Amino acid sequence: MIELLKQPWPWYASGTAITFIMVLLLYFGKSFGFSSNLRTLCTLAGAGKTHHFFDFNWRTQRWNLLFMAGAVFGGYLSAVWLKSDQPLQLAPSTIADLQTLGVPFDGGLNPSSIFNWSFAFSPKGLITLLGGGLMVGFGSRYAGGCTSGHAISGLSNLQLPSLWAVIGFFAGGLMMTHVLFPLIF
Amino acid sequence: MKGVKFVIAGILFGVIMVKSEAASWYRIQEMFRFQSFHMYGIIGTAVGLGAIAVFLIKKLKIKDFYGHPIVFPHKEKSWPKYILGGLIFGLGWALAGACPGPMFVNFGYGYPTMVIVILGALLGTYLYGITKNKLPH
Repeated sequence: MIELLKQPWPWYASGTAITFIMVLLLYFGKSFGFSSNLRTLCTLAGAGKTHHFFDFNWRTQRWNLLFMAGAVFGGYLSAVWLKSDQPLQLAPSTIADLQTLGVPFDGGLNPSSIFNWSFAFSPKGLITLLGGGLMVGFGSRYAGGCTSGHAISGLSNLQLPSLWAVIGFFAGGLMMTHVLFPLIF
Repeated sequence: MKGVKFVIAGILFGVIMVKSEAASWYRIQEMFRFQSFHMYGIIGTAVGLGAIAVFLIKKLKIKDFYGHPIVFPHKEKSWPKYILGGLIFGLGWALAGACPGPMFVNFGYGYPTMVIVILGALLGTYLYGITKNKLPH
């Protein structure tokens, strides 16, 4: 069983598993949406004292913080017990494109040339990691949800606003990849 | 101990994000370059099955764990905030290669520099909170 789970999961198994998480949370009386945790963390840090947006009872989101803690631990367990022996099966064309941009493929989940401390504190690294994170945080709250809340929960419930949001996600991603990447990297 | 089930659901989510490779910077790039079906297959399957699940829950009036009816939050009818917020999110998603869930999963997996991405996301959320009233919604 462990051997089977250790292999990279095919897309249909992965998609089914994500639906399972959404249904499981609905069964627990909650709605799947991860980015709400970012707002809750701001509230816990005291942002509610000065700004109305963060002034809410964080205990209503306690379940989501526990889910978040589980997610960190799940990542750890996957690295310890379920790491695949094979390199990631990335498309050769993507490997070639990224190579041109100076981001070599190392077979792992994320490029070690970006996710290391010396790059992280270089100007380019700060734009990529801090700046990228900042846009994700700002955008998900502005749009009222992220990939889980809009693309999965919202589209499953046939919400038109979620479709607008997902169109925005893709338009932004395409612009970054095809227009801005050659300028940044 | 009511919270344990959420921790377990979170652990499963973390494992799924790693094993599906949806938490991979490389896979996000591959998706935005239309060079593989992988990510589209994952999202398509999740939404297709999710829509069937939501339809059945509503149709059969399935109750939750506590015996309460399952309610679905309705998104506010508007478009500027979804399009503009979505665009900004997408720019960050492609650059950092991680959406909010995978940032935390990757940190646990063994990418400690994800802390910088998480700090950025918290800062971005805070900036939204303080500029909210000046933005078109």
